[in-house]
Amino acid sequence: MSGLAATGFDLMLCALILGAALAAIAVRDLFGAVVFFIVYGVFVALAWLRLEAIDVALTEAALGAGLTGVLMIGAVSRLERLTSRDQDQDAAGPQSPPTSSAARIATMVGAAGIGGGLAWGFITLPPSAGLQLAVAENLAASGVENPVTAVLLNFRGWDTLLESIVLLAALIALWSLARDQDWGRRPGLRQHARPGGVMATFGRLLPPFGFLLGVYLVWTGSAQPGGAFQGGTVLAAVWLLVMMAGLKAAPRVSSTRLRWALIAGPLLFIGVGLAGAVAGTFLGLPTAYAKPLILTIEAGLTLSIAATLALLVLGAPMAGDGLGPDQPDKEPAR
Amino acid sequence: MLAIVALVTLPLVAALMAVVVERRGEWIALLSVIGVVIALSVLMPLVATDGPVDLVIGGWQAPLGITLRADGLALAFAGMAALVMAAVLVSARTLYGASPSEAETRGQWAFWPLALLLWGALNVAFLSRDLFNLYVALELLTVAAVALVAIEGKRESLAAALRYLMFALMGSLAYLLGAALLYAGHGTLDIGLLAARDIGDASGATGSRRASDIMAAGLMTAGLAVKTALFPFHAWLAPAHAGAPAPASAILSALVPKASFVILLRLWFEALPGLTTPALLATLGGLGAAAVFYGSVLALRQNRLKLIIAYSTVAQIGYLFLVFPLAGGDSYAQPWAAGAWTGVIFQALSHGLAKAAMFLCAGVWIIAVGNDRLSGMRGLASATPMTMSAFGIAGVALVALPPSGGFTAKYLMLTAAFASGQTIWAVVLLLGGLLSAAYLYRPLAMAFSRDDDATFAPVPRSLQVAPLLLALAAILLGLGSQAPFSLIQTGRPAAAAEGLE
Amino acid sequence: MIASATLFGLCGAALIGLGLYGFVVQAHLLRRLIAFNIIGSGIFLLFGASGARDQLASTDPVAQALIITGIVVALAATAFGVGLVLAFAKVTGQTHLPEESDARQRPLKAGLPDRSVQTIVKDPAG
Repeated sequence: MSGLAATGFDLMLCALILGAALAAIAVRDLFGAVVFFIVYGVFVALAWLRLEAIDVALTEAALGAGLTGVLMIGAVSRLERLTSRDQDQDAAGPQSPPTSSAARIATMVGAAGIGGGLAWGFITLPPSAGLQLAVAENLAASGVENPVTAVLLNFRGWDTLLESIVLLAALIALWSLARDQDWGRRPGLRQHARPGGVMATFGRLLPPFGFLLGVYLVWTGSAQPGGAFQGGTVLAAVWLLVMMAGLKAAPRVSSTRLRWALIAGPLLFIGVGLAGAVAGTFLGLPTAYAKPLILTIEAGLTLSIAATLALLVLGAPMAGDGLGPDQPDKEPAR
Repeated sequence: MLAIVALVTLPLVAALMAVVVERRGEWIALLSVIGVVIALSVLMPLVATDGPVDLVIGGWQAPLGITLRADGLALAFAGMAALVMAAVLVSARTLYGASPSEAETRGQWAFWPLALLLWGALNVAFLSRDLFNLYVALELLTVAAVALVAIEGKRESLAAALRYLMFALMGSLAYLLGAALLYAGHGTLDIGLLAARDIGDASGATGSRRASDIMAAGLMTAGLAVKTALFPFHAWLAPAHAGAPAPASAILSALVPKASFVILLRLWFEALPGLTTPALLATLGGLGAAAVFYGSVLALRQNRLKLIIAYSTVAQIGYLFLVFPLAGGDSYAQPWAAGAWTGVIFQALSHGLAKAAMFLCAGVWIIAVGNDRLSGMRGLASATPMTMSAFGIAGVALVALPPSGGFTAKYLMLTAAFASGQTIWAVVLLLGGLLSAAYLYRPLAMAFSRDDDATFAPVPRSLQVAPLLLALAAILLGLGSQAPFSLIQTGRPAAAAEGLE
Repeated sequence: MIASATLFGLCGAALIGLGLYGFVVQAHLLRRLIAFNIIGSGIFLLFGASGARDQLASTDPVAQALIITGIVVALAATAFGVGLVLAFAKVTGQTHLPEESDARQRPLKAGLPDRSVQTIVKDPAG
């Protein structure tokens, strides 16, 4: 794109991003807000493409817009059933916090001040190359050619290891919200897709392609944009589709095989790190073996990430329609 | 070096194993306690004699890689955390231990990995030198902590967990934004490398103060203050800590706020000492003082034991922020700054041990009585003498009577306050001590009052030993203060010795 | 490239302000989580843009890696948050946290039975 056209495109994209964000925040209808939020995620992914951060763009599209969107849509429909009794107080119910117009204006001024201050801080930042040079100098020793993958799995592998554990922690935390009597059941709602319906057809057609795409994204991640998180997200989406089409039920949370799949990636990663520690460097990947080690870690991480992400979207284990045999507990046991 | 690796990975590996191995969570947790205690007993003498030990992860030096450093500050907190975790994990066996013959239940499965993940996150937060790595550790800590608040699934604990989550998420974002701005401005996230740039120092590499640096420091401080529950960001703390089951409350109140506080110490005393101003130091100290009074007054007004203990945490956290004015101030105060720094760390350690002991005592009494209302505590002193002494001894440490660790802390802080001519903070310290005696008097008086009709459920002796040992540790911290004192001096940042500003 | 980075950086700053407004003003818990995500992506945009200025090649790979990590962490927190909101709604029928101040947690009179914590959540039927 020529300079002027590019700037015009960027300006329009910024306007779209801000407009979608505003709508996601301000639209009265909750479902509409979620839809705008998903659209917002897609625009932000485009912005990352414009910043030539393709790995981030893939992640934002897959996780930020895609999975978060599915998660939110599912939450809206469950919330509608859970709170149908007092729907009328949904938008501006009696329990809303102090949102008198004075408070709203004060908040607006404060938020605008913070945004403006940040803009000022951003503009006055001195130009900095970040660590681009340091990464380029050490890329040859990292075992991979994609600099982002080199940072994620080698230079700052410790961050990525902890991050995979954060995902697992969120799943444990989510499952711990189940009711006692639902423990051991399958997570999420039962899916009833019409045989021969659109969902079931998609559920049969798409998985093979999705599976190939996911594996490709992981494999190519060492040299090209892509990697365990992007590939894992695609695989998670495939699995979700299969479960939502009713082709295969979600596994029970008590399944030992499932639990091993969840911890395989982090455990393998720590294992490689500890082996390195015994050899002299914690999480050290000797240059000669770095590539196979990284690919092994990524394979394990992809499995665990895919399983964890899909289950995070499904929710805590529950009975039948998610409302349980009895209606919402009025008086919880003390 | 292997010991540092063990310190940060053992709880995490144990958590992973507790996910897959059914009904063995308690044993896996105990194994990791043993491992961490061995690692600490190797590291502590080593660091105390030879100075801080670095672990350069992957062999990649900062700024490209991440470094963990075992210095006195990190090891003192990791040691306190290990003591508390050991006591809590042993105590939690009655609530969440599984019998091998029965089917696994939700709580029996979820408690152990959550507690162990929380512990792993704490140790990373104490040791890591990388601001973004600290962010990931804080997020792990938050998820595990909020889940522990909600684990009983009661409506009030779910509400408390949600409120906690909302505060914590905002705190995380503020911290993350600050870290991002620092990286954008300086090309590094390493605390040591940031310190080397003399940020905010007119004579330093970056020259004058930059808007982005000041914003970064402000955002990170605000975010960490929310996570530490500094007044006026304390609203989430009491319902969350009081709503969790007693062993979880002990971890939440004794340990979780300390992680963000240690990061705050490192931020101001190590990374950005050049950015402090007298007004900032006075503000942080003032908020701390307000927390001391407000938390104490609210603790006085509660009628449930766990809420009293939880509001006491709000007050006790307030003392920690007095480090900023006490270690700052005018230049003639500087020889005393080190005393304030050490005193505040003693305060944090002593509070951790005493507070965990108190929550475990509350857990014992909830089993005995069925609830934690003060009115139900009559006659408990004669029924559970061991727990009663544990609570009393922990109270001694909390009120800072000699010879407890709390006394050592207050003594060091008072000396710094008087020596630097900042009598106002001395008044806060003394009045705060009186108020804590007042809010602890009510449960003590209730427990010692006689009630011949009262019947209590029996409590296993093993549950009563753990809080007693923790309370005694809080006393020992004062009696044998020499060893921890010299450990804390190891790797002490220059600003802690010379004073901020 | 310089112009793009500056534009998206400013856009990020605006998103942070916008999200913050939404987070404070909206009471619906799901909407708060949406606002949280908008602030988060605003931070990432500001961060990524700051690493993309003044360069010929591409955005700083370290910044990119940190942002990817951040997006994953934000998703984890959001998923757990949504689960908490659903669990809370299931028990109370509510999607808002009740108004709460320290005052609400005190019993009104010393003699009354203590309902301090129970009063945090209003009875949905009441």
